[in-house]
Amino acid sequence: MADQPDVALIEQIVQRRLDEILPQKIEEKLAQIRASKTPSMTIIATKGTLDWAYPPFILASTAAALGWNVSIFFTFYGLQLLRKDLSDLRISPLGNPGMPMKMPFGPEWFKDMAWNIPNLVQAGVPGFEAFATALMRQTMKNKGVVGIAELRALCLEAGVNLIGCQMTVDLFGFSREDFIPEVKEYCGAATFLPMAQAADVALFV
Amino acid sequence: MNFDKDLDARGLNCPLPILRAKKALNEMQSGQVLRILATDPGSVKDFEAFCKQTGNELLSHAEAGKEFTFFMKRK
Repeated sequence: MADQPDVALIEQIVQRRLDEILPQKIEEKLAQIRASKTPSMTIIATKGTLDWAYPPFILASTAAALGWNVSIFFTFYGLQLLRKDLSDLRISPLGNPGMPMKMPFGPEWFKDMAWNIPNLVQAGVPGFEAFATALMRQTMKNKGVVGIAELRALCLEAGVNLIGCQMTVDLFGFSREDFIPEVKEYCGAATFLPMAQAADVALFV
Repeated sequence: MNFDKDLDARGLNCPLPILRAKKALNEMQSGQVLRILATDPGSVKDFEAFCKQTGNELLSHAEAGKEFTFFMKRK
């Protein structure tokens, strides 16, 4: 009768032992998984102006340079960034009080001046947007900021996946011919969201 | 310090120094040293983070005036 194992006691011992060692083992396993996993990022790009073209491409190219897997989902006005010809990207300071306006030419004291141009002038003067865009381009050139076309090419070179939103392509009457052939695929939100879920970083620009 | 490849990233701003460095490193063999010249003040932190993330070793970095010099060993 003494040979009958005391099941309850064994259970108690096992339970106690598991409580002791499991948390640490789980922690170690998680750390191992985290260390070996390649970081990944998804970005949803919804804007098509010259200023907003930069964040998705800079973040994507930098992450790719760090060895991450990156996908950008271009939707709505973000589709402008997939066009073959990017030379027409524009910027408007109208209603954009956060945009600093300094002249990119002239003596230093002149370049330092912040110009506060009233919305009425910006909306009323024809060609103002083209003027502002030209000034912005000059500013970027002065500071050695890379152009969007080159930045996009760098992204592609680094293996960033560019994905187009089929729905907004149809919505705005675009055809795939308007966009660069390197776009990896065209899909909808239902296809993209699982990608975002699996990624470590998911951004909305 | 001896180096096997030279990268002039002066006048280029974020993210170009990093991207150019990555490209240059890809063309090098393990153990070779890349010298990078940059003027972007943000590049110091950027290169440190880049090395930490990618496993390449930042051997040294120095500043002379507005110019930064980095020596990076390809992993």
